[in-house]
Amino acid sequence: MAAFTIDAEGLRKDYGTRTAVRDLTLQVGRGEAFGFLGPNGAGKSTSIKMLLGLVKPTNGRALLLGQPLGSRDVRARIGFLPEHFRFYDWLSAPELLMLHGRLCGLPDHDLRRRVPRLLDRVGLASNNSKPIRSYSKGMMQRVGLAQAMVNEPEILFLDEPTSGLDPGGRKLVREIVREQRDRGATVFLNSHLLGEVEQSCDRVAFIRNGQVIGEYAMGAWQKQQTTAEIDATGIRSAAVALLELMDGVHVESHTGRKLRLRVPNEASLPEAVRVLVENGAGIYSVIPQRVSLEDLFLEMMGSDPGL
Amino acid sequence: MSDQVFRPANEGLAQSAGGEFRAGSLIVVRCGPRALRTVWIMAQVTFLEAARRKILWLAGIAGVAFLGLFWTALHSMLRSMAPNITPVARLEGVRMMTMMVLYAGSMMTSLMAALISCDTLSGEIASGTIHAIATKPVHRWCLVLGKWIGFIAILALYVLLIEGGTIAIGWIEGRHATPHAGAALGLIGLQAVVLLGVTMLCSTRLSALTSGACSLGLYGIAFLGGWIEQFGALRHVKACVDLGILASLVMPSDALWRRVAMKVQPPIMGAAGIGPFSSSIVPDNAMVIYAVIYSLAAIVIAQIIFGRRDL
Repeated sequence: MAAFTIDAEGLRKDYGTRTAVRDLTLQVGRGEAFGFLGPNGAGKSTSIKMLLGLVKPTNGRALLLGQPLGSRDVRARIGFLPEHFRFYDWLSAPELLMLHGRLCGLPDHDLRRRVPRLLDRVGLASNNSKPIRSYSKGMMQRVGLAQAMVNEPEILFLDEPTSGLDPGGRKLVREIVREQRDRGATVFLNSHLLGEVEQSCDRVAFIRNGQVIGEYAMGAWQKQQTTAEIDATGIRSAAVALLELMDGVHVESHTGRKLRLRVPNEASLPEAVRVLVENGAGIYSVIPQRVSLEDLFLEMMGSDPGL
Repeated sequence: MSDQVFRPANEGLAQSAGGEFRAGSLIVVRCGPRALRTVWIMAQVTFLEAARRKILWLAGIAGVAFLGLFWTALHSMLRSMAPNITPVARLEGVRMMTMMVLYAGSMMTSLMAALISCDTLSGEIASGTIHAIATKPVHRWCLVLGKWIGFIAILALYVLLIEGGTIAIGWIEGRHATPHAGAALGLIGLQAVVLLGVTMLCSTRLSALTSGACSLGLYGIAFLGGWIEQFGALRHVKACVDLGILASLVMPSDALWRRVAMKVQPPIMGAAGIGPFSSSIVPDNAMVIYAVIYSLAAIVIAQIIFGRRDL
């Protein structure tokens, strides 16, 4: 069994003189929910299409489940929900799932059991014979989600799965990501809704100008340098001076009861509080200023606003 | 990173799909039971789409109206004939009218072939519908072949309705048994398949509208080429004959019609010289074989292009 379900190194895609993806290098492990983030036009969709074998890379190498990109054996073991999922909308939802299941090579008797279960899982009635074109956008997205899971894939690629979904639908996507991860599948999630990614993923990668510029385990950036706001009475200047002497600690501001500190990590906060208390301060609250994924995203992307 | 073991649902999916055949060093064709299943599934889907989108029903209603018009016209013509007209002259009138309607039907069938297929690949590529399909464990060439077979089934029904109906009405109303009716139906069907192949080939690279315009443009060139060839034959202008032959090689649709005309036309029309219902120069069987190879080549090239292009 391959060490990584997705192992890409230096994947590049040029369209004539335009480079869509410059350097896609990433590894994703089994049972991992992986967020893939970047502004519009950063090369996310092209990257996913290369991994799925829809687009041939100009350069680089990659393996999915230990096999070359695009091989049929690999495609039998992956699921894909494309962005703006379009399908044969003259079919009913059960018919569409039967079609996709049959294209996956699944026998009809197996599908007859599996399809109602899947539709039920995504919150759609399994006996609905109406054509999909009569569905709302959210219902269509749910059908798309079900078709991506019809073959119980080992890697599930979800490209903007929550677009068009109401809060209930977004919760459903989070649950499905968790379920897939729990049964050992890898989930590769591309979404602009960073809050969803933050709640669903174990790790994220940032792509900008067609290049992966950073990878983080979820919340790892919280353990790095952070700030805290302290509400306390009797903060003496001697205490502030002592705080400044602490390794990596910097007092950003001090106004009346409010003290704003930058610390190397959250673990430094108890020591800072001890210094204040020993110097006569009365602590009312200590609030670490958490860096959200959105803050990190904006910091990583710098001035690149996307397209 | 988790070190969980994946629980496979479909262990059979990883099995090999079948044998592998190599043709030259560039083209690798793999087929097996699963490939045939994919072709069959896509053929069914294509046919079902035409039915669900009401293309079949509307084409059927239009076809019935077409036949109704012909029947009424033929009936009126026969009633208006002088009582002392000879049976031969009466039959000649029926044959001429049947021929005209067969010609109109062949044009409708060719148009139908281009219109129903121009959107099939380009439309699905543009909308992204193909993304969820092409990421399934299927050969891309199977998708193209399946659609092609589905369209051929639709066109076969259409030819049977329009042209078969025309021949049947000619017999019922005018007691005229169209000679070589089976061959005529086959050739008109082949004409549609030629258009279908070209349209699908264009559709692998061009937009739906451009694909339709391209194949109908070629159809127009073939039509004009047929006239030029016959004109050249009548006036003994070799350059015109050569141009007509060249046009037939570029698009053999008109040559196939002239073959149909030769088989079913009344002798008087053949003697009349040029015209859409006549054929003073009759393409031989080699042109029919060429048209078969042409349509097969078009769909094979479409499969190769679709198999290699980025989606």
